[in-house]
Amino acid sequence: MLVSLNWLKQYVDLGRETPESLADKITKTGIEVEGIEYVSEQLDHVVVGYVESCQKHPDADKLNVTKVNVGDEVLQIVCGAPNVAEGQHVVVAKVGAVLPGNFKIKQAKLRGVESNGMICSLQELGIKEQYVPKDLADGIFVFTESVQVGRDVTEYLNLDDAILELGLTPNRSDALSMLGVAYEVAAILNEEVILPDETYTTTDEQATERVSVKVEATDDNPYYGAFVAKNVTIKSAPLWMRNYLMAAGIRPINNVVDITNYVLLEYGQPLHAFDLDKFGSDQIVVRRAADNKTFVTLDEETRTLSDQHLVITNGQAPQALAGVMGGFESEVSATTTTVLLEAAYFDGKRVRQAVKDHGLRSESSTRFEKGVDPNRVKRAGYRALHLLEKYADAKICVGVSEYDALDYSEKDVVITTERINDRLGTTITDQDIAIILDKLQFTYDQDKSTFTVHVPTRRQDITIFEDMLEEVARIYGYDHLDYTLPEGGQFAGKLTERQALKRFIKQVMEGAGLSEAITYSLTTTERATTLVAPDIKTQAVSPVRLAMPMSEEHSTLRLSLLPELLAVASYNQARKEKDLALYEVGTVFVSDEKEITKQPKELNRLAGILNGQWLTHPFQQEHKAVDFYVAKGIVETLVDRLGLDVTFRQAEIDGMHPGRTAEVYHNDQSIGFIGQVHPTLAKSYDLKAVYVFDLDLEYLYDHVDLEPNFNHIPRFPSMSRDIALVMDEMVPSGDVLATIKQAAGEHLYSLHVFDVYQGEHLPVGKKSLAFNLRYLDPSRTLTDDEVEASYEKVLAAVKSTHGAVLRA
Amino acid sequence: MQDKLQALREEALTKINEADDLKALEAVRVGYLGKKGPITEVLRGMGKLSAEERPVVGELANTVRAAITEALEAKKQVFEEEALNEQLKAEAIDVTLPGRPVTLGGPHLLTSIVTEIEDLFIGMGFEVKEGPEVETDYYNFEALNLPKDHPARDMQDSFYVTEELLMRTHTSPVQARTMGEYKGNKPVKMICPGKVYRRDTDDATHSHQFTQVEGLYVDKNVRMSDLKGVLNQFAKQFFGEEREIRLRPSFFPFTEPSVEMDISCKVCHGKGCSVCKQTGWIEILGGGMVHPDVLKMAGYDPEIYSGFAFGMGPERIAMLKYGVDDIRHFYTNDQRFLAQYHQA
Ligand SMILES: [Zn+2]
Repeated sequence: MLVSLNWLKQYVDLGRETPESLADKITKTGIEVEGIEYVSEQLDHVVVGYVESCQKHPDADKLNVTKVNVGDEVLQIVCGAPNVAEGQHVVVAKVGAVLPGNFKIKQAKLRGVESNGMICSLQELGIKEQYVPKDLADGIFVFTESVQVGRDVTEYLNLDDAILELGLTPNRSDALSMLGVAYEVAAILNEEVILPDETYTTTDEQATERVSVKVEATDDNPYYGAFVAKNVTIKSAPLWMRNYLMAAGIRPINNVVDITNYVLLEYGQPLHAFDLDKFGSDQIVVRRAADNKTFVTLDEETRTLSDQHLVITNGQAPQALAGVMGGFESEVSATTTTVLLEAAYFDGKRVRQAVKDHGLRSESSTRFEKGVDPNRVKRAGYRALHLLEKYADAKICVGVSEYDALDYSEKDVVITTERINDRLGTTITDQDIAIILDKLQFTYDQDKSTFTVHVPTRRQDITIFEDMLEEVARIYGYDHLDYTLPEGGQFAGKLTERQALKRFIKQVMEGAGLSEAITYSLTTTERATTLVAPDIKTQAVSPVRLAMPMSEEHSTLRLSLLPELLAVASYNQARKEKDLALYEVGTVFVSDEKEITKQPKELNRLAGILNGQWLTHPFQQEHKAVDFYVAKGIVETLVDRLGLDVTFRQAEIDGMHPGRTAEVYHNDQSIGFIGQVHPTLAKSYDLKAVYVFDLDLEYLYDHVDLEPNFNHIPRFPSMSRDIALVMDEMVPSGDVLATIKQAAGEHLYSLHVFDVYQGEHLPVGKKSLAFNLRYLDPSRTLTDDEVEASYEKVLAAVKSTHGAVLRA
Repeated sequence: MQDKLQALREEALTKINEADDLKALEAVRVGYLGKKGPITEVLRGMGKLSAEERPVVGELANTVRAAITEALEAKKQVFEEEALNEQLKAEAIDVTLPGRPVTLGGPHLLTSIVTEIEDLFIGMGFEVKEGPEVETDYYNFEALNLPKDHPARDMQDSFYVTEELLMRTHTSPVQARTMGEYKGNKPVKMICPGKVYRRDTDDATHSHQFTQVEGLYVDKNVRMSDLKGVLNQFAKQFFGEEREIRLRPSFFPFTEPSVEMDISCKVCHGKGCSVCKQTGWIEILGGGMVHPDVLKMAGYDPEIYSGFAFGMGPERIAMLKYGVDDIRHFYTNDQRFLAQYHQA
C-alpha cells in the first residue's frame, strides 16, 4: 500500500511529523514502513506558463517556437513536444531551474533560435512513466483547470508529496485504505479522524426503476448495491485526484474510472462502474458462471469460466467477473452517459478462486480476498456519487437497488486489566487501557477492570482476547515491556544421545580431514535413484516425487546423498579445486509405496566424497592420490571410534567400480558401502577417480554406546610374532584375518596385515600376505611355548581353510 | 721399572695429545694398552720383582693404565663431538620451507551457526527437537492455525507431494508435534532446527531449501516480557553484549500478539547507515505469544497455559554476521567458501 502523505492529511492532522518521524512511529506501532519516496525533488524556477503563441521553427519540422507568459515576463521557448499549442497552460522550467536527474536548464540556441527555458512533461518533473496518463505520455503536461500564471507548480502537481510504502501483514487489510491508515495514524498521534463528504443531491427517479438486483449465489455475495448516475460527462478527473492516484501508483484514465479507483483507495471498498446503456438489460443477476462459458474482460482477454466463479450478469451474459475485473462489453468509455455503479460485498474465497484460475490479481480482488468492511460498502457508493455529481456533472437517481443479507454487527471482545497484565508482564492500569481504547477509536463498556470492547467492523482481524491484547500492547508500546526471564520450573537442557552422537561423528569426519557440505534434498529423479546403498534399495519401492515441481532439477527426494556430492565435486573441479574431501550428514526419503499415501521414512546417512590428491607435499615428492584405502581408512577410523567391529565384503553396486567396492557389515547387517565410483558415472560428472562412502547413521545411532569403558593399561609386555603366508591371489585378506583371529586363541591382542606382495619371486596367481600378531595376558607374562603353540594352530588353520603356506 | 712406567705414561699422553683423528687415537690405545703393549709387558715381568716391589709397581702400572685410558676417552669424546658437529652441520635444512600440511576438515557455516544457537538455548534450559521434512498438511498448517483456505497460506507457497503431504515450509510442525507428545500437561521448552522448503526460484536472496531454528516455551504464566527477556539474552550472547534489541508488532497465524525482532546495527549502533538502510536496526527474527487455537489444538488449555514462540533463519544470520552476499553459496559448497569459516 502506497500512502501519499498529502492525501492522508485530508483525514488526520499530522502535526509536525516529518515523513521519517511518522514512518518510524508507524513501524514501531505495527505496520512496517518499507520505504519513503518523494514524488519529486525541491524544484525552484518551475512555474505555470501561458502559451501566447506557437509557431513552427523556420529550420526544423518537429520544433515549435513559442512565446510563454510566466507572469513577470514573456519567454521565447523552443519546444519539441507534438501536443504544444497556443492557449495552453503549461509547466515552464525557467533558466536556472534544476530538474530531477540534475538536469540544469540553461539559455540555449536550437537550430539558430534562442530558447529561454523548457516546457515540461510530467516525467521530466520526476513522475514515474507508468503512472502518467496515456494521453500525456508522449508530450508536455497541460493544465485542464484554471491555474494562476507565474505560480510555482509544486502545489498544483503535488510534487512536494512523500509516499510511504507500507508492508502490510495479511491481518492488517484494514490499512488497505487511506481511511484505515488514518485510523492507525490517529491512534498513534492521538488525533481525530476527519471523514470524507458522502452527501449528494438526487433526481426524482428511483435507482430501482432503472435496474433490478437479484442475487442467486447468496453465500458468495451477501450484499449487492446498484446506484445509477445519469447525464455524466466523461472528461479528465480533477488534477488533485489525478495527482493522488499517481502518487498511489494508479494511472488516471477518466473521471468516472478515476473516481471509482479513488474511492477504492480511500475506503478500501472496490467499486465498479458499468455503462448502463451497454449493460444489455435492466436486471442484474449475480450467480455462479456456467461451466466453459467464455467472457471478455476489460483487458480484452477471453476468459473461460466455471461454476467456481461468481459473475455479474444481465440475466443472460456475464458483464463482470465479480470482485476481480469488469467486462469489455459494458466498460465505461468516452461516450458513456449513464453509469451503473456497483458497491458489493463478495466472499473472499470465491474471489480468490477466480484470481487463482485466471492469474488475475487486481486492486479490487486483493481487498475482497482479505475481506472488506461491511459498514463501508454502501458508504463508498455514496462517496463515489458525491464525486460523480461534483466532477462528472452526474444526476443521481434516488436510493439504491440492492440485495442485502450482510452482517453489519460489531463483535464484542471482553478484556480485563488483570489478564492483560498477566499476559504482557506489565502493570498498566484501568485508566491506561481506557486511554488506549480511545486512541484506537474503539467504543466499549467499562465495569471497573472489565472492558467489553465493541470492535469496529473495519477491524475484521480482531475477534478474540489475544487480538485485543495485541492492540493494547502495540499502542502501549513493545518498547515499554520489561525484560524478564520465565519464572516457571527450571529445566536442564541437554542434547539427546542421538544428537550428541551426530555431533561426535561430524567431529571425527572433520578430524579425518573432511569438510562438511550441505546439499539439496530435492534433485532430479535420475540422481535421486543413483548410488543408492543396498540397505536402502531393499526398502525403497519408488522415489518420492513432488506433485508439481518447479523444475526437473529439484523434483524428487533423494535416496542417496552421493549424487549431489558428486555434483559438488564437479562444481569445485570446474573451478580448479580438484583436491576435495567432503562429507555430509543428511536425510534420505524412503517410501515403501508405489503411490505415496503416507510420510516416507526419513533416514539419516553419512556420506563422503574424495577426489584428487589426498596428500601433497611437493618439494618432498610426496603425492598421494585418493584411493580405496584412503576412503576405507576414514570409515575404519570412524567405526573404531564408535567401538564397532565391522567387516568389509567385496560388493557389486550399480554405479560403483565392480572391483573396487566393498559393503560394510556389522553382525551380518549391511550398513553401507565404500569404493570407487564407476568411471562411466564419474565421467558424466566430468570426474575421474573419485571415491565415496555411504553409511547408515540410524544403525550407528542404535548400536553405539558412547559411555567409555575403562580398560586397565597392560602391566605385562606383549609378545610379537610375524607370519608371512603364500596363497592364491583371490583369497581376501579379510578372510585370512578372520581365520587367524579364530585360531590364535584368547591371548591374541592385536593383528595387522603389514605386507602384501605379488610378483617375480612368487609363482603366477599367488600372493604373499604378512601378518603381525601380538599376544598379551593382562595378568602375567606369557611363555614362548604358549605363543608357539598358538602360532602352530594358526598355521594349521590357514592351511586347511585357505591353502596358505609359510613363505619360504 | 717404575721409571719406565712413568716414561711410558708421558710418552702415551704426548701421543694422545698429538693424535688428530680417531684412527690415530686407536693406534695409541692398541700401542700402549693392547695385549702386546709395553704396559702389559711390564705387568708380565712383575714376577721377577721382589715381594715388596710387586704391589708398588702393580699399583703404579694400574695408575698409568687408568691415566692413559682416561686421556684416550677424553680425546675420543672431543673427536666424537667434532664428528657429530660435522654431521649436524651437513644435516642442516631450510627451515623456511613449508611444513607437511595436516588436513583438518571443518563444519559447514550453517552448522556452526545452528550449533551455536542450540548451545545458547540449551544453556537456558531448552531441549533440541527434530521432526520430519515431509510433513502432513495438518501439522504444517492446520495445527498452526492455518486452515485450508487461510489467506496466509499464500505467504508460503509450498511443495506438495500429495494433497495431504508436503515439504515442510517451517520447522513449526515440530512444535505442534512436541506439544502433542507432551499431552497438554507438561511444560514445553524446546528449539527445533532443520531444513525447510518453499516454492521459490533460487537467486541471490531466495533458496527453495533453507534452514530454520524455531523455539517454543509453553508453561503456566508465560508472559510477553519473558519473550523479550529470553530473546534479549540470546541476542546479546550471540551477536554481542553491546547490541540492543527492539520488538515491533507483526503477524503470524500461529502467534498473537506477534513480533519481529530487530537488533541494533553493529556498524552505526542505531544511528543509521547504509548497512541498516538508515534505520539503525536490522531484522533478525519473528515470534510472538502462542495463539490460543494452537495451544487448544495441541491439548493445552489456554486459560491455564500460555507460551511464546520464535523463529529465525541461519542463512540470513550468516549473511548479516559474515557478509555472505549470495544465499546460493551455502548450497553450492565451493571449497573456498566452506574453508573460510573453519577458523576459530
Ligand atoms: Zn547502521
